[in-house]
Amino acid sequence: MKIFCLEVTGDFACFTRPEMKVERVSYDVMTPSAARAVFEAILWKPAIRWQVTRIEVLKPIKWITLRRNEVGAVISSRNVQAVMNNGSGDLGLYIEDERQQRAGLFLRDVAYRIHAGFEMCDASRHKQNFPHLAKHRINDAGEQRIADETNTPAKFLNMFERRASKGQCVNQPYLGCREFAANFRLIKDVAAEPAPIAESRDLGWILHDMDYRNIISPSPRFFRAELKNGVLDLANAEVRG
Amino acid sequence: MALINRYDFVLLFDVKDGNPNGDPDAGNLPRVDAETGRGLVTDVSLKRKVRNFVGLVKSEQPPFEIYVKEKAVLNNQHKRAYVGIGKAELLEGDDKKRKGGDAVDEARQWMCRNFFDVRAFGAVMSTGINCGQVRGPIQLTFARSIDPVVALEHSITRMAVATEAEAEKQSGDNRTMGRKFTVPYGLYAAHGFVSSFLAKQTGFDENDLELLWQALAQMFEHDRSAARGEMSTRGLYVFKHDSELGNAPAHNLFDLIQVKKNSEEPARDFADYTVSVREAAIPAGVTLQRKVG
Repeated sequence: MKIFCLEVTGDFACFTRPEMKVERVSYDVMTPSAARAVFEAILWKPAIRWQVTRIEVLKPIKWITLRRNEVGAVISSRNVQAVMNNGSGDLGLYIEDERQQRAGLFLRDVAYRIHAGFEMCDASRHKQNFPHLAKHRINDAGEQRIADETNTPAKFLNMFERRASKGQCVNQPYLGCREFAANFRLIKDVAAEPAPIAESRDLGWILHDMDYRNIISPSPRFFRAELKNGVLDLANAEVRG
Repeated sequence: MALINRYDFVLLFDVKDGNPNGDPDAGNLPRVDAETGRGLVTDVSLKRKVRNFVGLVKSEQPPFEIYVKEKAVLNNQHKRAYVGIGKAELLEGDDKKRKGGDAVDEARQWMCRNFFDVRAFGAVMSTGINCGQVRGPIQLTFARSIDPVVALEHSITRMAVATEAEAEKQSGDNRTMGRKFTVPYGLYAAHGFVSSFLAKQTGFDENDLELLWQALAQMFEHDRSAARGEMSTRGLYVFKHDSELGNAPAHNLFDLIQVKKNSEEPARDFADYTVSVREAAIPAGVTLQRKVG
């Protein structure tokens, strides 16, 4: 498995702790699942699965608290169905009626080096679950030619390397929440980069990733995270459901 | 027409003697990053204004209806016919309960077709399978002021009281004090991203994009209130990539827009700043569209 390294930076980040998600509180560090999403924002196909092997923390852990007005309701698809069928109805959501004020404890001024590689997997099971992710043409001749090739690891390796080094992405990667956009940079020579922060601490059990084998209701999986000199080593992490 | 380009944009806006975004945690003081003193405006605050603007100019008609509404502005919302789009949909897709997943997908697409904000910013649909949600192509970040801002507190008086009891207590003096907060001046910058891939999933097209640029350029003109003071969009710089995946990292493009203060004095006007765009350094395959400024 070839390991790629990305440096991601941003002004804010929120890797929400699942146990405190009403008023969001971030984990101290980026979670493997958030790191995976950064890689997927640059390249993902049903035929590959990203695995994060290492997260390095490059800046001291700092916090900011912010309270925002949020909407406390979601679109009910049953109501939508009813309106579609009747041909009339009121679907709007009035924020004055559905208002919630939620504080968030976010990370600020963050930088990480994240390492991940992908393995090939069976793409067929995605077809029925993501009908709206139908194939479409990319308006870049080179990309399209490569995309049309049959699935080989080399093809994806090249695609990722080219996209990441040019700053290309499918959507702008983010640090936990979409409003916290991430800048990213492909690192070719990790040895030439500055060392992570000299900090070691036990972070307790944190989210590793969601297990999507049961697509209807994915289950979370956790691991015992130990920051050693600014490094979260995931290669040997014991992951439990 | 579907989008076939990636866009990254910088939005510059300023506030004069107003409160651009109150912090509910701090008694509605303007939001300030405590560590640097720079002002903040949340992404959701900006999106609210885009929604209000679109609701206003398109008078809440499909396909430009607004899902998340602010009652105070848009109280004209009652029963509205969905005939046309709704009925046509009904005729095609009436297989009588194929599967829960299909219904959610259909409903999601229908919502995307009718509601501008669902198409642009995405939305969460409650029931059904895990992917019953829409991720919108528009991604906005917090806006930050270029320089630290100070929040001024003003005490104001009211020459009337609300209740009889209050009037009696003051023996007819009938005066109450209130307070409001302003930022004397602040120039803020926010970053945004448009993904054509996500746009295809929600049906957000070129017309919608033009409407978005218009909204970002003009939204403050239609958001006047006692609290806001004078707010206006001072710059909207859109980087259009030739390809869908993009031709340069977004942060490199954002760095091309530089804002400098002209003097050491506290800034009190947009004229106190100079915005320079390093046109020469724009990478190949990226074109800059100056929508405003």
